[in-house]
Amino acid sequence: MSFLDFSRITKTYPGVKALSDVSFGVDKGAVHGLMGENGAGKSTLIKILSGDQLADAGEISIEGKVQAYASTRDAFDNGVIVIHQELQLVPELTVAENLSLGRFPASAGIIARARMLDDVGAKLKSAGIDIDMRRKVKTLSIGERQMVEIAKAIMLDARVIALDEPTSSLSSRESEILFALIDRLRGEGKVIIYVSHRLDEVFRLCDSLTVLRDGKLAAHHISLKDVTRDQVVAEMVGREISDIWGFRPRKAGDIRLKIEALSGAKLRTPANFEARAGEIVGFFGLIGAGRSELMRLVFGADPRSGGAITVDGKGIHATDPHGAIRAGVVLCSEDRKHDGIIQGRSIEENINISSRRHHTRFGVLNRASEIATAETFIKKLKVRTPSRKQDIINLSGGNQQKVILGRWLSEQGVRVLIVDEPTRGIDVGAKSEIYELLYQLAEDGMAIVVVSSELPEVMGICDRILVMCGGRISAELNRNQFAEKAILAAALPDKKTPDAIAS
Amino acid sequence: MTDRLKKILLGEQGLVVIFVVAFALVSALVPNFLTDRNMLGLLQSVVTVGIVACTMMFCLAARDFDLSVGSIVAFAGMVAVMASNATGSILLGLLAAIACGAFVGFINGVVIAKFRINALITTLATMQIVRGLALIASDGRAVGINSPDFYQLALSKLLGIPTPIWVLAVLFGIFGFVLNRTVFGKNTLAIGGNPEASRLAGVNVDRTRIWIFTLQGVVCGIAGILLASRITSGQPNAAVGLELSVISACVLGGVSLAGGRATMSGVIVGVLIMGIAENAMNLLNIPAFYQYIVRGVILLLAVLLDNLRSSALGRR
Repeated sequence: MSFLDFSRITKTYPGVKALSDVSFGVDKGAVHGLMGENGAGKSTLIKILSGDQLADAGEISIEGKVQAYASTRDAFDNGVIVIHQELQLVPELTVAENLSLGRFPASAGIIARARMLDDVGAKLKSAGIDIDMRRKVKTLSIGERQMVEIAKAIMLDARVIALDEPTSSLSSRESEILFALIDRLRGEGKVIIYVSHRLDEVFRLCDSLTVLRDGKLAAHHISLKDVTRDQVVAEMVGREISDIWGFRPRKAGDIRLKIEALSGAKLRTPANFEARAGEIVGFFGLIGAGRSELMRLVFGADPRSGGAITVDGKGIHATDPHGAIRAGVVLCSEDRKHDGIIQGRSIEENINISSRRHHTRFGVLNRASEIATAETFIKKLKVRTPSRKQDIINLSGGNQQKVILGRWLSEQGVRVLIVDEPTRGIDVGAKSEIYELLYQLAEDGMAIVVVSSELPEVMGICDRILVMCGGRISAELNRNQFAEKAILAAALPDKKTPDAIAS
Repeated sequence: MTDRLKKILLGEQGLVVIFVVAFALVSALVPNFLTDRNMLGLLQSVVTVGIVACTMMFCLAARDFDLSVGSIVAFAGMVAVMASNATGSILLGLLAAIACGAFVGFINGVVIAKFRINALITTLATMQIVRGLALIASDGRAVGINSPDFYQLALSKLLGIPTPIWVLAVLFGIFGFVLNRTVFGKNTLAIGGNPEASRLAGVNVDRTRIWIFTLQGVVCGIAGILLASRITSGQPNAAVGLELSVISACVLGGVSLAGGRATMSGVIVGVLIMGIAENAMNLLNIPAFYQYIVRGVILLLAVLLDNLRSSALGRR
């Protein structure tokens, strides 16, 4: 018996078996990886661990004692804390206040500030977290907020800490600090459950690993010594993936998108670039280099202050997304949750929201065509869902991304497809599917612009890479010139700070 | 047994089930409730709230809010009466009332969508401005209707059912269709679900919001005309507090204040539940003071039920 035991956990949602009969154990003082594709059941398992959801069958036990949580609060009180991708902090309160929330040291309702700062300071120090606890949380970077979130778990004397994709929005320097903290917690005998898509991190951090596939236990490794990465990938997808990029050379055609001296409030230096039919152009740079800002200008999401956008020789004069869509330019935003999906509405409505205008008559919907469009793209893009009527919020990140792609592909006559971070938070199997789709679309004559913070990704799938740095395009390389060093050098500001490279 | 009951009450149609049960109970227990005359009276009493609820549903579904409806209803009624008295043409009076309603709604929409002022604040302001206009126009007094034909709007019957009830039914039908089957309706729900994502998906968010408020004004104009006709005069103090009854009815009908969720059937049921409660209390001679309490309790219970339903769907 291990310290933390999952025993025969089963959970069914309407139409989907999210977990079936999953059992494994984790020892004290271990960092345990949890991997699997989107929809494999990782999130569900974490939700059950955190008391957010109830298992249909099976139980979780800690030190042999069966845990029955009726709520996340129960899990909290039993020392089980889950740190989600979306952090749960109050932006307007200071770090110290956030860490004392619910347990303010007070007399007669008046907070004993000095005691609060002492308590929090001592805990932060012992955990080796170096953050000014008087600062308001809203002034912290995402990496620092994550630290505060972990500090909260430490304050509560957590026995089990689960981290869900903790590095998805961290720079590599911030990630290193996080890893150091995790190592320290391991030394203190905590159990860490580490959910991630990133093989590098899992192999670097984890002592043991569980792989889920389609809600079932695909593999459980007590040690990672003799395990290879290819093996884990194969366990996740259920087949061998030899080359995840699967790059196929294409012939570029005429210029589709031409950008001349484009500028806006958030991008002062005028930008020039072009993309040809059948070409995949990559934009690489550090976070804040201006890539997303440039793409938002091209799509009309932000107003432009100058410059010209030409598609197939015709200028776009409209400066709103609607005008860009009509001209055949579409954008899949980097922040899917805020800018992409429409929560509370079905997959069907999320797909049809833009392209339905081609099928309506006097503003009245054509039900048959909406259903057909939704079904077509669910099938074509392999969206995993029990039904087109499913609320999009219930889908995994990869499937949400596919729905957004479906929204744009259902537009007739897309000429330029811009995808900002196409595979952020998406697992290996779905990644390959999305790359394959991009190749097909390019072959059909679209010009594709891919913005990515992952260097291997842009190098793997693009025909040409433009590097941005400090709001301007600093380098342009064709596929035969691709070299990691050259690209990174162009992405770094003059003061060379290699550790600031986004992972 | 309790599990099945829970399932029915917390299911999609839970509200309709409760409505049917409440209706049956009231019919059985309250004398004179289930008579033709009382039924028509009940429906007539919910005409104003019901008509305005049609567009309030759109407003709430798009994450907006409109407090000015009561004032617009009173103002439009005044305009209808005064304009038809002045011109001698009822038709002109009606058109003027609807145009005024539309104008106020349009102003609401432009200020909210284009100048990005919070809807609650904007309509709180127009609510007072428009009420002030109604009072100034009539010097604070009721204005009598000159032409008896004007009364006929509320008094006339078709197939034994008064015209206002027909108007209500037709508007329910129209707005139910608009919500579910038109681009406008779907865009409204999408904006409520996620305004920024809707904009980036090519939806003209500003224009949709302006339309919602303009329609709200038009519909308030219609409600104002029917109300004036029923009370046989233009009353500057008519429909005070209407906005709260309308929003209550919508919320009772499952419209989410967070936006993105609304159904016409829910709103109809919400409007009827409010009407039945009031009607039954009147028949039972319960004093008006107590009726406030009952209405408040019903609203709270409805929202609690809705909450239970969402968490039941989420957690099972």
